[in-house]
Amino acid sequence: MKKHHITLNVNGDEYDALVEPQQSLLDVLRDKLMLTGTKEGCATGDCGACSVIVDGVLQCACLMLGVEAQGVHVETIEGMAQGSDLHPLQKAFLEFNGLQCGICTPGVLVAAKALLERNPDPTETEVRYWLAGNLCRCTGYDKLIQSVLIAAKEMRGA
Amino acid sequence: MAHDILENSGFAADRKLNIVGTSPIKHDGWDKVTGAAKFSSDLILPGMLVGKILRSPHPHAVIKSIDTSEAEKLAGVKAVVTGADFPKIKEGTPYGDMTRMVMAQEKVYHEGHPVAAVAATSEAVAKKALKLIKVDYEVLPHVIDPVAAMQPDAPILHSYMRTKGATPNDPKVSADRPSNIVERYELGVGDVDAAFKEADVIVERTFDTKPMHQGYIEPQSCVATCSEEGEIELWCCTQAPFVYRDRLSEILKVDGSKIKVQQSELGGGFGGKTAFYAEPVAIQLARKARRPVKITFTRSEVFRGTGPVSGTQSRIKIGCKKDGTITAAEAELIFQTGPYSGSAFTNAPQAMFTRYDLKNVRTVSYEVVSNRPKVASFRAPCVPQVVFGVEGIMSELANKIGMDQIDFRRKNAMADGAKTIYAETFGKIGFIETLEAAKACDHYLSPVPKGQGRGISTGFWFNRGGETSSTLNVAPDGSVTITIGTADVAGSRISISMMVAEELGIPVDKVRAVLADTHQLGFNRVTAGSRTTFSQGVVLVDCARKVIKEMAGRAARIWNVPEEGVEFSNGSFRPAGANVGEFQPLTIADIAKKTTSTEGAIAARSDMNVTGAGPGFGCHIVDVAVDEETGAVEIKRYTVVEDAGKAIHPLQVEGQFQGGAVQGIGWALNEEYIFGEDGKMQNPGFLDYRMPVASDVPNIDTVIVEVPNPRHPFGLRGVGEVPVVPTMAAIANAIGNCIGVRPQSLPMSPPRMLQWIKERDAAK
Amino acid sequence: MTDLRYEAPNSLNAAVALLTEAKGLARVMAGGTDVIVQMEMDQSEPELIVDIKKIPKLRGISAENGGFRVGAATTGMQLCDHKTFAAAWPGVIDGVKLIGSIQVKGRASMGGNLCNASPGADSVPPMIAAGAIARVVGPNGVREVPVERIPTAPGKTSLAKGEIIASFFLPPRPKGSGDAYMRFTPRTEMDIAVTGVAINLTLDAEGVCTAARVAIGAVAPTALLVKDAGDALIGTKVDEAAIEKLVAATRAACKPIDDKRGTKAFRIEVTGVLARRVAMAALERARGNI
Repeated sequence: MKKHHITLNVNGDEYDALVEPQQSLLDVLRDKLMLTGTKEGCATGDCGACSVIVDGVLQCACLMLGVEAQGVHVETIEGMAQGSDLHPLQKAFLEFNGLQCGICTPGVLVAAKALLERNPDPTETEVRYWLAGNLCRCTGYDKLIQSVLIAAKEMRGA
Repeated sequence: MAHDILENSGFAADRKLNIVGTSPIKHDGWDKVTGAAKFSSDLILPGMLVGKILRSPHPHAVIKSIDTSEAEKLAGVKAVVTGADFPKIKEGTPYGDMTRMVMAQEKVYHEGHPVAAVAATSEAVAKKALKLIKVDYEVLPHVIDPVAAMQPDAPILHSYMRTKGATPNDPKVSADRPSNIVERYELGVGDVDAAFKEADVIVERTFDTKPMHQGYIEPQSCVATCSEEGEIELWCCTQAPFVYRDRLSEILKVDGSKIKVQQSELGGGFGGKTAFYAEPVAIQLARKARRPVKITFTRSEVFRGTGPVSGTQSRIKIGCKKDGTITAAEAELIFQTGPYSGSAFTNAPQAMFTRYDLKNVRTVSYEVVSNRPKVASFRAPCVPQVVFGVEGIMSELANKIGMDQIDFRRKNAMADGAKTIYAETFGKIGFIETLEAAKACDHYLSPVPKGQGRGISTGFWFNRGGETSSTLNVAPDGSVTITIGTADVAGSRISISMMVAEELGIPVDKVRAVLADTHQLGFNRVTAGSRTTFSQGVVLVDCARKVIKEMAGRAARIWNVPEEGVEFSNGSFRPAGANVGEFQPLTIADIAKKTTSTEGAIAARSDMNVTGAGPGFGCHIVDVAVDEETGAVEIKRYTVVEDAGKAIHPLQVEGQFQGGAVQGIGWALNEEYIFGEDGKMQNPGFLDYRMPVASDVPNIDTVIVEVPNPRHPFGLRGVGEVPVVPTMAAIANAIGNCIGVRPQSLPMSPPRMLQWIKERDAAK
Repeated sequence: MTDLRYEAPNSLNAAVALLTEAKGLARVMAGGTDVIVQMEMDQSEPELIVDIKKIPKLRGISAENGGFRVGAATTGMQLCDHKTFAAAWPGVIDGVKLIGSIQVKGRASMGGNLCNASPGADSVPPMIAAGAIARVVGPNGVREVPVERIPTAPGKTSLAKGEIIASFFLPPRPKGSGDAYMRFTPRTEMDIAVTGVAINLTLDAEGVCTAARVAIGAVAPTALLVKDAGDALIGTKVDEAAIEKLVAATRAACKPIDDKRGTKAFRIEVTGVLARRVAMAALERARGNI
């Protein structure tokens, strides 16, 4: 099978990989670059566990081919904390128990970060609709949504 | 082995607690918010191959032959396995059935049933190889619906099967002919016929519920390796590492000592990861290929190939007097189980009425095989489905006799010492307190908003204990590791660490819980039934007490006083009295520091079959609005009231309540397996299998009731199962009060809602 | 199973040539939110994918002759974020907002939503109601095709081999215009329309409807323009009598199937319910523009 050589920037680091044309960006991140923080829940764009930000746009890594990723900038969960300084969203999820099993958490955090960058003061309803693409089966969403709102408040105050 | 702690937990209502009851950050949380946590599919090993499974396109067929030769020839394919690669074990036995569910042998029993598997150097090669495997099927008639499967002329799945518990009194079953009815189970007490005659009001209804999937977001994934000497290592997401090991040993005919199962972080289970699927296949591939093999299911494979919960059909009848006293109850229950037995359906008749003190009960239950994926456990297995019916009738009876919904339930509520129909006598229970808390909560006290309907329902779960084996090691710096063999399904590690820290009088940050592999500990029963935090609390407090005793001995020897001259309080060892002498108190850390200069390692282990789990009770209150033009139901307000005994980590407990309720909301409103005439599942993905998304639900309010369980050192009761038990009934009752017709069938999806509304209007 | 080939040409001509010369199944991809999913589900095994995102002018929104030109590869999020477009065509935005999640909208394109030819595609009924015209480029040149004539059956379009939709034209908006789209789904989000209704209407200064287009989705093999339904409103003040005619006409136009997403009877019934609600929403928007 013809493979494509791509170079891309993930969380500020340059990577390159040889990818088969049917492989998704999610496959590339997890299997080629060994950045397994981005999770696969469905591979069809229905659960949001693989949410990443590509060139500033929130999307599912499973819905983009790896070969399309030539030259892009990808932000994943691994790049969210600055060294040992957690992002306020990460802190809020820890403190207010916004996660249970943790499998949806990376995707939820990346999606929530994208929301707060657009809208620093969302209503609860706006958060719920923005995160409708991120399935969580453990929490019933309550503490997850509250954690986002608490982080937003914290970020506005800081 | 006798364990004092099972006889005397040491629970004291007035104990001053420093850690238990607070909500510290989960130690595993950091890795989970940064993407560092390793879930099942995150392991990458040198030389690792990709395994893929070929699945049956037919719901029922004989496998005449399988030709794998072309697949084996494909470059990059390192192993191919079929049913022939598994040890032959007689069908109709537990392990014979188990091995055939993992990989079909003589027949396929549902669409998606595995028939072959390959391991190859890449996913693309593996997929290509699957297409080269030729399977010759003789397609057989299939049956999906369990009631149809019970009929004498239904296609028979297993010609050898005769109904267990058949009785000449029941024409539905016969022990003489092949049948799809696995078992008939009767359970009851008292004189039901006479008691119904004493009733002033009797309500009898039929109900049905659909299978729902546990819906964990992490698909099954595993990595199997096999050493040249034949030692197997398995990495996987599981709620039952030890049970997997023992079953693998049986079906693969390998010594348990040669199988190491290491659980990964678990990305949701809810009961669905108590049975293995890909794991034995990955092992057989790895043994053949002599390389590590990873198998990760697609979401479609998860839906088609792993267990949903049982769908049910039920007929339930309850009678009461005008003063609210229930005189009798009766039920006939049918549970689908998939191709083989294993639904745990006897839970249902045992639990369905338990919380009401009934003297006359008759139940008959059937478990039925059909050509569907085999069911697996889900929170309170088989109970929510039948409570959906019981609590509908309870609400109807309360309305008929003009009693408040909670008062009616309170009138019949079990109190301490109540005896169940399955002959258990309860100790201290909190059902009455739960009802009282529900009646006093803001939600119940608030008027029902105009245009909305309110429903309530109650629920019960046994709660479990069981075999638990753990160790506790004190490092010379005074910090503590605990090794646990149960799975952490939602954050139990922190709750368990808190109990250890409380008992030892050290900060919780000084305690770390490690998920052990199966080589490191004795047998641990499956993490299910709300048993884990309870059982681990008992076992690890036992360890902590052993360590305290050991350290007290060392303190005595350091001070050169008798052992009984040392007492432990507030994290320090002190002289028990003035007559012992004047010594500076020694902390855990002080003594740990002297580990090597005293008698060496300070550690304890405890292995026991934990008893004393206190039953759990809950009451849910829900307000709904119904769009009568479209049939859409909106959950406007939801409150979960439940007895936790003692909430070790209140945020975790609330999370269990909220998560269970929202799973129940999905089950109530939209989730179902939809099969076509061809016997194939039509909605095997998250788009058409509609689990609630964040915008579908409101915040879920919680009221934690604490009626301590005296059999636990801190009074804890399990809280994992009860939150889903009352949900569908509560929502159906709310809908009934909103539109005037109480649904008797799940899901209460818009097309069905609209039909019920139209039938209501037509009847007017 | 042949190996997949991926091409990302940088001109329309090159894309057309690739598609024209392809021997096996060739798929045009912009966002890939349908193509990649169908490949993952083994429902489509293309031999060639032609990624059109690198072709200049296929992405973005510009003013043209008082209306808008929307590139076929323009994403849902780009459209939602375009303030002038959103103000002019709120009904189209109603539809676009309902396409998948925020993540999916970050990728999904207008051209893809149409060419995937799902009867339930949420942007299609409002585009039909808007009178949008697709610019189709192919080996034989350029043709302008009304959006409602692109899909012909589930998964099938009227595009010939080698043809690509390059862009859409949305006409100028007269004063007093308003459009709206609503769908019915069991969930609030992340769902496929069980039925959908779009209405685009124009009122004169007296509030009399002078033009109206009504389109329905998910209730027939393709989204449909329902002329009778639009005619029911024209010449009226969109009063109760007119709305009743609108409801009857939309219901009469439904040719739905029973499937996992809904029954025939339910779809027909709820299409009428939505028609009324959408008419009220479009009316309110139109009144705000007089």
